[in-house]
Amino acid sequence: MSTSSVSKGCFVFKPSAKKKKKLQSLESYFTDGCEGAQSSEARFGLCQHLWDRIKTETGVLQDELNRKILDSLLDFTRKCSSTRQHSDWASQMRASEIPTAALVLGVNVPDHDMTFQSLSELLQQSVTPHVASVQAKECGAMKHLMKRVLERLMDTAVDDDEEEETEQSGVQLHKSVHCSFSTLCDWYITKTKKSSSGTPGKKRSSPAREQQQQQPPVVIIFKDLEAFNPKVLQDFILICSRYIERLPLMFIFGIATSPSTIQHMLPHSVSSLLCIELFQSLSCTQHLATVIDKLILTHQFPFKLNGKVMQVLISIFLYHDFSVRNFIKGLQLALLEHFHSQPLSVLCCKKKEALLNLTQLSHGDLERIRQLPSFRRYVEKQESQEQVKLMTDDGHLKEECQKLIKGFHRYHKHYYPVLRCLHTLTSALPRYPLGKQIRELHLICLEKNVWENEDYQSAMKLLKMLAKDELIALLQRCAETLQSTKSKKMNKAAAQLEELLARFKQLDTAATEMAPTVDDSVTSPIKNLQKKTDLFQLQKTLLEMNESRRSKKLSPFEVLRNEALEFVDSLVKSHLSPPESQTLHEVCYYSSSAVVRRHLNATPRTSIQAALSSPYYYLQNESLKTEDGTVSNAAPDICIAYKLHLECGRLINLYDWMEAYATVVSAAEGTDPDSDSYGKVDEVKHARFIRAVSELEFLGFIKSTRQKTDHVARLTWGGC
Amino acid sequence: MSVLEVKFVGDGDVLEHIVDKQEGVQSGGSSSSVQKMVKFKSPAGRRGGREDAEQDGAENGFLDEQNYIQALGTDNAEEDDDGLSRVAGSSIFTFQKVKRSHSMAQTASELARTPGKSVTFSTTPNAEPCTPTRTGRNQRGESRTPQRRKKVQFVSTTPHRLRKRMTTPSLRSDSDSDLSPSDSEEEDDDDEEGMEEGQKVKKEDKENVKTPRTPSRGLSAALYKTPAKKSKNAPEPLSQPSMIEEYFEAHGSSKVLTSDRTLERLHTPKLDRETLVRLLGGKPSCYSKEIQQLHNKHQKHFSKWMLQLQLGFSVLVYGLGSKKALLEDFRVSHLSQEIHLVVNGFFPSITLKSILNALTCEVLEHQGSFRTPSDQIQFIAQTLKDSPDLHVYLLIHNIDGPMLRGEKTQSALGQLASLPNLHLVASLDHINAPMVWDQFKQSQFNWLWWECVTFQHYAEETSYENSLLVQQTGALALSSLTHVLRSLTPNARGIFKLLVKFQLENKDNPSYTGLSFQDFYQRCREAFLVNSDLTLRTQLTEFRDHKLIRTRKGADGVEYLVVAVDASTLMDFLENEEGD
Repeated sequence: MSTSSVSKGCFVFKPSAKKKKKLQSLESYFTDGCEGAQSSEARFGLCQHLWDRIKTETGVLQDELNRKILDSLLDFTRKCSSTRQHSDWASQMRASEIPTAALVLGVNVPDHDMTFQSLSELLQQSVTPHVASVQAKECGAMKHLMKRVLERLMDTAVDDDEEEETEQSGVQLHKSVHCSFSTLCDWYITKTKKSSSGTPGKKRSSPAREQQQQQPPVVIIFKDLEAFNPKVLQDFILICSRYIERLPLMFIFGIATSPSTIQHMLPHSVSSLLCIELFQSLSCTQHLATVIDKLILTHQFPFKLNGKVMQVLISIFLYHDFSVRNFIKGLQLALLEHFHSQPLSVLCCKKKEALLNLTQLSHGDLERIRQLPSFRRYVEKQESQEQVKLMTDDGHLKEECQKLIKGFHRYHKHYYPVLRCLHTLTSALPRYPLGKQIRELHLICLEKNVWENEDYQSAMKLLKMLAKDELIALLQRCAETLQSTKSKKMNKAAAQLEELLARFKQLDTAATEMAPTVDDSVTSPIKNLQKKTDLFQLQKTLLEMNESRRSKKLSPFEVLRNEALEFVDSLVKSHLSPPESQTLHEVCYYSSSAVVRRHLNATPRTSIQAALSSPYYYLQNESLKTEDGTVSNAAPDICIAYKLHLECGRLINLYDWMEAYATVVSAAEGTDPDSDSYGKVDEVKHARFIRAVSELEFLGFIKSTRQKTDHVARLTWGGC
Repeated sequence: MSVLEVKFVGDGDVLEHIVDKQEGVQSGGSSSSVQKMVKFKSPAGRRGGREDAEQDGAENGFLDEQNYIQALGTDNAEEDDDGLSRVAGSSIFTFQKVKRSHSMAQTASELARTPGKSVTFSTTPNAEPCTPTRTGRNQRGESRTPQRRKKVQFVSTTPHRLRKRMTTPSLRSDSDSDLSPSDSEEEDDDDEEGMEEGQKVKKEDKENVKTPRTPSRGLSAALYKTPAKKSKNAPEPLSQPSMIEEYFEAHGSSKVLTSDRTLERLHTPKLDRETLVRLLGGKPSCYSKEIQQLHNKHQKHFSKWMLQLQLGFSVLVYGLGSKKALLEDFRVSHLSQEIHLVVNGFFPSITLKSILNALTCEVLEHQGSFRTPSDQIQFIAQTLKDSPDLHVYLLIHNIDGPMLRGEKTQSALGQLASLPNLHLVASLDHINAPMVWDQFKQSQFNWLWWECVTFQHYAEETSYENSLLVQQTGALALSSLTHVLRSLTPNARGIFKLLVKFQLENKDNPSYTGLSFQDFYQRCREAFLVNSDLTLRTQLTEFRDHKLIRTRKGADGVEYLVVAVDASTLMDFLENEEGD
């Protein structure tokens, strides 16, 4: 069956039932066309495993991060539902308002879905079974909004009960032309009655809970408030406020921009019916920071991104969407690509597994190891005898690789704590020489030796000017970070830091004794100054003071401070070298940023225009080869037509265009320039020109216009 | 692996840099250094301006543009094996310039002179000439113009016809309304050199138009120049303000400066669809071997697509050339054992409803209808959720097709794409297509972009289009006319024929707007076709419903009636009717 027709645009294909049986598995798709097919199964397993881990961990993270705001929201809903029970005047007044939670979520709209999903789940679990969430695009008119709300509320409620009723209500809904609030009220009353009378056998934990169960609020979530039609929303709120006594309604507004949108959308008469409380969700950058902290800045997660890939993903986040979800998508893509394209990625897993996998490597894989640039560098550093052995003896290579892998894992174990230490020290410095966020520091460290960086030097200088209590606090935190890691070396470093800290504290007691003498020497010239002096004298004293300050011996605190910072510096120098310097780093680090960028942040127009202006790049035919910036006259018709149209302004005369085209094509065909037929438009050329022009029209470069006969309008600018 | 650095470069430095390089490249060039200086003045100025703007942005500190470029753009220079962005953004998104009217002819003659088969005079040792990267922006600008100049020095082979066209306007240059004010940058460049040579060349040219003259850019531009302009343009180099002026000049005037030639000058008449297909079919496509190679290259990724589809991504292919064959290949080789739905987005009457109906009726085998598309989508979502083993593949050719571009359609497709067991493969062709998706939709689609340049002709995609140059045969319109008319009463037919005749009588009258209703009524009465104004209105409603006629309110508020079919078809129609 063909898929081209003049009367149909959709074609359905269903395989016959017996054929359908032999479905290919995911794995076979992975194996197909990937490099180093023998190990592909293991790699696929690893990849899946890691991806599952990413998924669960980000899920947990998301929940944790949302917990706080969700908790306060839940409190709010509980409070609202309980105030209804009171009977004093104030709460009566309040009860006539619809409790509303305005949830400010930020501009990262793609992430909102996850938040709302967990929110409605939590609400259903702990507060009320009646939760309906609506999106703006489903509710263009009042009727639709009502319908959605009723549908969702009644469905979710009925689902817990018998099947029959579901169908009944479903039928009813389809039939009922007027889905009104009174039906909802009736439904709610029967519902609450049933649940209170229908479950007498259930153990009642507490009277308060029982009360709540009797009158659970009805929560309506507006996912994207800004996109709603204000008129619809106003009407809906007005209607709801009429029923508030019979129906304990409650709203949650999801807001992407700022809370003032409520004022913009709702006039005072409507907003006064609402009792709005504001909730601010976690900012997306913080969210990203925690995700990076959990997934990337840890040695437990074997798969790593190199500096450029990180940069691409973070740039997409910062400059395009602020979406953590898309960041994770990028991570997933990188993971997939890494395991797909790097045969040695079998070793990209936990240390024990990696060592096990290493023993099972085939000869081909070992050859691949020998080809790795980092390994070659390593070999060159060895003695010649060792070199030969490494290049020829497989067994020896495996042993050596074991050491290297262990070393590599150790490197990561040390890298991250030290990175955190450095970040704690530098993140509070004025003007943030090494970045405010730890990811910035991480990027710097990934690229080259951080201690050769100018910013690092200036950060160190700034650190050398820190006051004592600040420094002590920072060092304290560093020591804690180092302490918490399970590495001997790091614990030792922590101990050394503690020792330094102790000495700082000793200084305190020592300083109180020393204080008067120090004061004396510093203040004496100042005292002199206060006396009446002449200009010469003043100058002399000032010079003296200057001199004495310069030549002044460092105070014990300063000495100690320098010592502490030198210690930190040595830690940095020994542990924060970039991963590229490590042997076998290719195994765990994914490095082709171009692939990631091309798949996530593509530029289709650039691609089309590049193909049009330099076809040789794609069609590697010698006759298309030209100097930069020009197009060979033998190029495909569309390229020539495109090149010619670049010369035109807003309108293009078709006749001129065709003539110019015919000239070029005749030259390409090798027609004698002086013959009569040269540059003449014959039928074939005419047809080819038509095709080229209509293709350009299809691509959106030109469109037909009625401004002038036989002219087309150009839709792009400049270009020549 | 050092990271490229983007830093501010002043105009002077850029100029110096370019001139320096230029001398290296063009060692054998005979053009004087004065010319070179002039040549580079304007590009340098423009670039300087650009960098200025960038610098401002960076200094404001709000959005570090350079960082951004560094992150997303420059690194591909090092390792971009497929070389994605060979064209810098700045060369795509430029300001519109005022163009000379003859530039196209010139380019044509230049292109014609570029030897297609062998490139022997290539001065640049660069093996791959067409890979200017973003950082190569400077290079591009600097090497392009002198090449033009170089070519000029070759023996002229300008076709006679073009030559004539290029020289003739100079004879009537003062009166030619087509000429644009010469403010475009290139003309600026030519200014000085034109001054010395231009005048004398002009004289020469008038004397012997026929002698083959090297139509260098400089010379020909000088030919068309109105001398008065010189003094204004010559002195200062182009900088930001003049660029702005240029922009407004290009956009300010509604007058369009193109020649008045029309296609009627052509000896060949308009082609109809069949001849077009016949003509194009006769000639084998050039570079079929290379195109096949490209196709094979893309084919290798099929199983990766399948993998990515099953992992929840959607695959989107883009790039020049029809991707229908490629996707069809993919469908046959990988989807033949799966349930799948193919949608031709370029199909002129495709609707969201038809796609959804195909999904519910044919794929999910659901009888019954839905009131709204969102109900239908919900049903699909629910059904797929209930049967997680059911995988449906949706393959959309041209998801940016004219009928699918709408916001509602795209968001519906996005909702479908976000279902875990519905997998979407789509292709994209329009240059501005990505604009149809906002962040939310993009994340629903979860696209992975694949660059698939195929260079295949958009044969099927453009076949539905009402092409600019193709003669509409009107056969369809004629048959529909006859069919509708046959089902009407003789009186109604008479009414219609009356209108047709009147329109044919007036077909040469350019100011004819239609037959006014009152007039029409009068005529119908006289022919005993209707007896009241109401009967006529009823008839007209019938015609209107079949889209046979159109009504238009005139300036005086009177209704005018027109038959919306072209004259030749109407003539055929009348002949047929008389024949019966």
